[in-house]
Amino acid sequence: MTFTWMASYWPLLLAGAAQTVLLLVISVVFGFAIAIGLAFAQVSGGPLVRYFARGYCTFFRGTPLLIQLWLLYYGVGSLLPMIPGIRQSLFWPMLREGFFFAAVSFTLNYAAYEAEVLRGALLAVPKGELEAGRAFGMSRFTLTRRIWLPRAIRIALPTIGGEIVMQLKATPLAFTVTVMDLYAVASKVRQDTLLVYEPLIVVTVFYLILTATIARVFRQLEAEVPVRR
Amino acid sequence: MAATQGILELLSPYPPGWGGTLLAGAVSTIAISAGAFLIGLLLGTGGALGKLSGNRPLRLVLDLYTTAIRAIPELILIVGLYYAGMDGLNRLLATFRLPEIEVNGFVVAVAVLGFVQGAYMTEVLRGAILAIPAGEIEAAKAFGMGPQLRFRRVILPALLPNALPGLANLWMSITKDSALVAVVGYQELALATRLAGASTKHYFIFFLAAALLYLAITLVSNVVFSLIERHVRRGQPKPV
Repeated sequence: MTFTWMASYWPLLLAGAAQTVLLLVISVVFGFAIAIGLAFAQVSGGPLVRYFARGYCTFFRGTPLLIQLWLLYYGVGSLLPMIPGIRQSLFWPMLREGFFFAAVSFTLNYAAYEAEVLRGALLAVPKGELEAGRAFGMSRFTLTRRIWLPRAIRIALPTIGGEIVMQLKATPLAFTVTVMDLYAVASKVRQDTLLVYEPLIVVTVFYLILTATIARVFRQLEAEVPVRR
Repeated sequence: MAATQGILELLSPYPPGWGGTLLAGAVSTIAISAGAFLIGLLLGTGGALGKLSGNRPLRLVLDLYTTAIRAIPELILIVGLYYAGMDGLNRLLATFRLPEIEVNGFVVAVAVLGFVQGAYMTEVLRGAILAIPAGEIEAAKAFGMGPQLRFRRVILPALLPNALPGLANLWMSITKDSALVAVVGYQELALATRLAGASTKHYFIFFLAAALLYLAITLVSNVVFSLIERHVRRGQPKPV
């Protein structure tokens, strides 16, 4: 076991860790916002909206993330240049990057899983609390904003923590579309130095630290809003 | 109209269409998943019984196994174990002065994914065994059943209804995780699709077709598992 390569590769490792965290934060934040919409669509939407939301979740939960990523990067990516004027547009530099496609596909995928979790949590909010809100004369929107959604998120909190860790463990896939994340740095070290295990071990430690951090944050969040059992 | 014809030609199962390659990829995806699922089931049963056996060192080793496997990203595990497995096998052969062999990619993929599945299975099966009412196992002991007979006649039939939802989840995730062996270069559905896309430049059509194949696998599995669940729950009282 030799770790001398660490001396010259640590800036790259840190940059990789930053990319991994950035991908995770983007996909969780935007994915969660989409998930809220999808969950409400399934619980209280009309038949058409409900059908669409169900189909979305089934598709994204029923196919591998790798295929979704490649469908976007290779598939949509090869169709994009056909749109007239897109090469001259402001967004073109961003649309050429693997990072953009990784972020979008991770977001869409996370939204599907999170929507299922939230759907269950929305249904698990005690009926009495919603009725109490209605008895106070709250409008549908106020009721949702003040009681239904916050209570559902609290119920789902432990599961959300687990989902975020799962999402973190999925981020190395981004290296297949040229993103220089943690895992990509490890495989670059392998190519440069012919060491197989050492870079993987170092990168694994990074992932374990991130996992422990997420678990810790969620433990504190859960302690912040205790629930009566 | 011409476009639809083009798509049908691309996806036709006979060359120059790529449908055959995709279907062969789907078959090998199912084969890898099934093999890994079975190995995982064996490892998981052993792991669960070991964790519940009360043997401290054994439990420590098994705890390390399940925690490490479940905490490390699948891709890293698969790549790491793929090389470690190949490397370890060849070193083992070298110590016995046997020539190096090129291990079949299929065997390595199944072994690696099975080893990963085993960790998750251990936890699912452990939970399922713990959920069996203690009285049933004590009754079996009181009848003088040995550990093997007890496992076969009492524990196994009683744990299946508890474990089946978890096992179904694991099957769904293995069919999707098997796409990761594409990264180490074994040709299953995901890699076959990428090859088809690369040589025809019709990436979008092929990846969409592959996604639908995976979806079909998932949906059919759903039906099969709900049938199995109905079978193993046949003696249980219906929920009111």
